[in-house]
Amino acid sequence: MRVVLAEDLFLLRDGLVRMLEAYGFEILAAVESGPELSRALAELEPDVAVVDVRLPPSHTDEGLQCALAARRARPGLPVLVLSQHVEQLYARELLADGSGGVGYLLKDRVFDADQFVDAVRRVAAGGTAMDPQVILQLLTRQRAQDRPVNRLTPRELEVLELMAQGRSNTAIAAQLVVTERAVAKHTSNIFAKLRLDVSEDDNRRVLAVLAYLDGR
Amino acid sequence: MTGTGTMGTQGTGSGRGTGGAVQGSGGGGWVREGLLAAVRGFGVALTALVGSLVLFVLTLLSLAFVPLGIGLFATPVVLRLVRAHAGRRRLLAARWAGIRIPEAYRPLPAGTGGGFVGQARRCAHLLKDPATWRDVPWLFVDLSAGFLTALLPAVVVAYGVEGLLLGAGLWRVAGDPGPYWYTAVPVDSQATGLLAAGVGLVVLVVGLRYVPALLRGHFVLTKALLDRPLETELNERIDRLTETRHDALDASAAELRRIERDLHDGAQARLVAMGMDLGTIEALVERDPAQAKALLARARRNSAEALDELRDLVRGIHPPVLAERGLGDAVRALALRLPVPVEVSVDLPGRADAPVESAAYFAVNEILTNAVKHSAATLIRVDIAYTGVMLNVTVTDDGVGGARIGAGSGLSGVERRLGTFDGILAVSSPAGGPTVVTLEIPCVLS
Repeated sequence: MRVVLAEDLFLLRDGLVRMLEAYGFEILAAVESGPELSRALAELEPDVAVVDVRLPPSHTDEGLQCALAARRARPGLPVLVLSQHVEQLYARELLADGSGGVGYLLKDRVFDADQFVDAVRRVAAGGTAMDPQVILQLLTRQRAQDRPVNRLTPRELEVLELMAQGRSNTAIAAQLVVTERAVAKHTSNIFAKLRLDVSEDDNRRVLAVLAYLDGR
Repeated sequence: MTGTGTMGTQGTGSGRGTGGAVQGSGGGGWVREGLLAAVRGFGVALTALVGSLVLFVLTLLSLAFVPLGIGLFATPVVLRLVRAHAGRRRLLAARWAGIRIPEAYRPLPAGTGGGFVGQARRCAHLLKDPATWRDVPWLFVDLSAGFLTALLPAVVVAYGVEGLLLGAGLWRVAGDPGPYWYTAVPVDSQATGLLAAGVGLVVLVVGLRYVPALLRGHFVLTKALLDRPLETELNERIDRLTETRHDALDASAAELRRIERDLHDGAQARLVAMGMDLGTIEALVERDPAQAKALLARARRNSAEALDELRDLVRGIHPPVLAERGLGDAVRALALRLPVPVEVSVDLPGRADAPVESAAYFAVNEILTNAVKHSAATLIRVDIAYTGVMLNVTVTDDGVGGARIGAGSGLSGVERRLGTFDGILAVSSPAGGPTVVTLEIPCVLS
């Protein structure tokens, strides 16, 4: 799998390159600024881009802007955005075009290499990987109000959180140490309670969940 | 009298220069303006004679009774009335003559306490306020010279009308026993009556042209007495700047101490623990791999938590979205994290300086936190706009109201912080709601 990487801190960039190479990714380019990233994304046509939100020269949200621009030029271009902090505002912007293939994770998530690499693969495959912190913020907010989310059982909430992170039923089953059939049952209950159509497509599941949590 | 006249004439001159279009479109505009000024002046003269006279007498009486104790209770009441009376005149000066007379009363210190001692303190505070000692002499001048200057427009118009009436036949009654002197005209026949009417017409025409200036004269006089002298104003400004600078220094010192403590007790301690665990792991890795693995997990948890703490700390110092996107999106991101729905509208043509943005952001943060905690609101609105000189933020909630600055609420902290930027905070929160908190910071956007 061919990757373009953008991260301005040398130590982190070097670490990411090593880690991804260790897992069999091919690093097409590892750049350190917004303009370099834009050029790399336009010329190299990677399978997935891993991008830091904050990049030079502006040191603001240049990385995010470059990623969004690249996705406008090439719809569906898989982009995994890394950040020192996660904001729903940015998560929404990434999800806004609804075409999937986006991820938004805290940089800390690289601590767990297996999970992180799994997220990169999921995004490259057109799936979605949202940071648990984003999901948590959304759920806390929703729980505080009187919403249908309140009708979910604690177990169903757990499943919903993992689902919103972009996990497949198999992964959720493994994480919660239950059978896959149990997860499927929870999932259909959740969709029924939230009045959402069941879909086999992971990506559409997440978008539906996020769209619902968005406050419709 | 000549003095005010000249000043007034200059005033109209400049006024005409700016309002030329209005003058040209309505040919009789000046007649209306003149009559209006005469009526307004008459009204002001009445309130000056009655209001100022009564209040002046009451003030003297209540002051005289201060040594007896009764005055301690009466004086604050009377002075409040005096301030309201003066405030009304300030309003009229601004509305009718475009003369701004800023109020400069010292705010009553919080927590003067109740009972006799509190009353005495409040009274003393009022008596020490230099603005009080501008109000009282003003009352005296207002009931005499102020009354005359306000009445003058009406007198001029009335005099002109009198001339016209003489010409219309009033001379028969007025000039009955002998000639009735109108200006320099002895009126005793229709011919002299018509002459008087001519003079009256001239008086009326010239008078109506200039009575707005005469009324303006009254307000110039008011301003001269009520407005604080430039020197006082500068001194007050210096006092205020000194105070806000102290506040700013105190606040930033406290902030630094908090950051230092948070780093020391939090992230730093966790990193030390992590280093120790790594050392132990090094020793254990071959002898007891299972134990080493458990310690590794702990080390990783510690590093994650250290990062979490650093993140919270950064958010408390300068929120990342604020740095990356500016005030509008920072408040939007903030709104998304609150359990109450918050509608945010932003109309900013650019970004303010970082310290101003930061002050505004933390002020909004505090106001929203307050609203969420205490108001029981179901919907909050935040409007952020720029008026050309001011950054203007209004936070409205549909909660139970009853919020106020002071009494240890977070709002007084916000007020102090805004004070550093010459910003102001206003709270309107009647019991039962709704609460509207407005803040304004003068600034330039880039």
